[in-house]
Amino acid sequence: MLRILGKIQRIGIVTEPLPNLDEPALTEIGEQLKAHIGELFGGSLAIREVDAGSCNGCELEINALGNPYYSIERFGVHFVASPRHADMLLVTGPVSRHMEAALRRTYDATPEPRLVIAAGECGANGGEFGTSYASCGAVSNVIPVDGVIRGCPPTPLALMRGILEAIGRRSSIR
Amino acid sequence: MTPRDQLAPFLRRLADAGLHVEAQASPGLAPAQLILVQAGDWGRLGVEAKAWGCRWVAGWGEDMGDDGSASVRVHACFEKAGAYLLARTAVSRAAPVLPSHAAAYPGADRPERHIRDMLGVAFSDHPDARRWTRHQAWKETEFPLRRDFPVAGRPQAQTPADHQYHFLLAQGSGVYEIPVGPVHAGIIEPGHFRFQAVGETVLKLEERLGYTHKGIEKIAEGRDAESLARLAGRVSGDSTVAHTWAACMAMEKAAGLEVPPRALWLRALMCERERVANHVGDIGAMLNDIAFAFGSYQFARLREEWQRVSREAFAHRFMMDGIVPGGVAADLDARFVATMHDEAEALRKQIGRLMAIINDLPSVADRVRGTGVLKPEYAKALGCVGYVGRASGMDFDVRRDAPYPPYDQLKFKVPLHHFGDVNARARTRLEEAAASFDLIEALLAGLPAGPIRAGWTHPAAGAEGLGLIEGWRGEILSFVRFGADGRVARFFPRDPSWTTWPTLELLIHDNIVPDFPVCNKSVNGSYSGHDL
Repeated sequence: MLRILGKIQRIGIVTEPLPNLDEPALTEIGEQLKAHIGELFGGSLAIREVDAGSCNGCELEINALGNPYYSIERFGVHFVASPRHADMLLVTGPVSRHMEAALRRTYDATPEPRLVIAAGECGANGGEFGTSYASCGAVSNVIPVDGVIRGCPPTPLALMRGILEAIGRRSSIR
Repeated sequence: MTPRDQLAPFLRRLADAGLHVEAQASPGLAPAQLILVQAGDWGRLGVEAKAWGCRWVAGWGEDMGDDGSASVRVHACFEKAGAYLLARTAVSRAAPVLPSHAAAYPGADRPERHIRDMLGVAFSDHPDARRWTRHQAWKETEFPLRRDFPVAGRPQAQTPADHQYHFLLAQGSGVYEIPVGPVHAGIIEPGHFRFQAVGETVLKLEERLGYTHKGIEKIAEGRDAESLARLAGRVSGDSTVAHTWAACMAMEKAAGLEVPPRALWLRALMCERERVANHVGDIGAMLNDIAFAFGSYQFARLREEWQRVSREAFAHRFMMDGIVPGGVAADLDARFVATMHDEAEALRKQIGRLMAIINDLPSVADRVRGTGVLKPEYAKALGCVGYVGRASGMDFDVRRDAPYPPYDQLKFKVPLHHFGDVNARARTRLEEAAASFDLIEALLAGLPAGPIRAGWTHPAAGAEGLGLIEGWRGEILSFVRFGADGRVARFFPRDPSWTTWPTLELLIHDNIVPDFPVCNKSVNGSYSGHDL
């Protein structure tokens, strides 16, 4: 263990500074995000994305967060493959009744303290699909939600802003 | 020869075989020819259509509760050489039983199980008695698309997990099972895959879909035209333009509405932009699935740049809600006519340079060549459309073979491959993107002047329309029937994914488990578009 830590210390951080290639809003939000994540999550926020029944539009934009324009990993955010590794669930909806049990189980598998964000109009309020025999509507109808990100679908920038706000609220509760 | 002439010999053949078939005029359903078939002849219709060389396109039903007949209507759509045939029959609501088409057409298997789960029509000789779309959100004895089933349903306080679906089991020494999903490891849609494997080799894969079923067909009922267009745009978010176009085409045909030429050309421009965005993005995603990070990020970058222009030009990164009943929501600013041409050329060059690097890499070739082979005979048996079909010898493209404006006035290449592996599907998509660049340039050069939207008029009660659009995944069929006051009585969108999801179970056979992600991505079925 000591040798690993020693190696990490000797090598240091080799990541190069951020190129100034995008609108100022992105870098600004990103830097705030990074500062909050540094303070609250030891520099690393692990997100488990759960599609609970969306049309897949939200997934395209969440995927875009990883492209070189947004490159959300540089701010300390990464998407993980298991809820057991996650600090946050980013859930898109509407929650179909066929995904209801899977969403509850994913929530239960996420260690506390956990944050839940409902992304997109459908996750926020049921959107075009609402509540029906097949749809539970908003994510908050199924599991407790800490923040919502509106938009059909929300743009990558809106997603980053929403993640930042949810973390900010958590820090003010402290 | 018009499509109708091509069908005449087939109709004669049906009559010779002793089937009671009545051709009926229905202008809203054009280019498809409507035929009425007796329920008892339904199974033989399937056998004869298969012998004639037709592709089974789609099947759907409707509870005709509002016409006093106490019947359930069932449709099956066939296609041969660009000529569409829409067969219709009716069964009594009290005892709805119909022969199945699944024996002649394996591609009809899941659609018929969907009809059974949603409408309660029993297909008497169907080879698979298991439910398909239904999990645990409603009872076996309830049918959501029946008129007396309330849209709110009768849900339990918490919907239980669906744990009693009987997967087929492979048995033998060293065989083990891998259950995957519905929550997947990546940022993708939910579904369940059940693998039986020996060592790394996949013996058998079985899909279990339906997790994203959100009642699209039911909640479409009672909507007005604008509201239905919005819903259609959310059947599958990645195909929002194509699905909205197909639904609007169906509604416009039902209403007998002429869409202004400029609107049609702008729709095609959006549809080609959507095709390019998805093909480019998915090439990157496939490279990601073979752990080639450089290619993955390069194509992700190109997709992002393309979407940003879509947003500037059409007010939305996916151009969602850009198509509306009667036309398009907004006109294209004149400045984009020149810049979009240059943008298409620039992207064409960038892809060319990247592919020159990628084509030189044996490590990429090793992962995609010979991987996930879909044999042409399987593609044909399942009636595969889109790039999955065209990479396995299925030479069909709605834009060319049953052309709708503006494609009836444009010339473009439709790529065709026969080897059917991951590489062939990727090549097909790259060549399709190249054809889309040509189309975009032609659309910009020939963009007609004039209005962009015709005023909407309510269609008569009972008016029907059929929309057929070549989306980026392939042929989309959209059926709309109106009830009273311009309200939708029935909406059925058939995403091309219905024809390509079953291929994954076949093409993964004898591949290794670690190649499943790239095989899956090379097909890229829509879960939402399939589950409805």
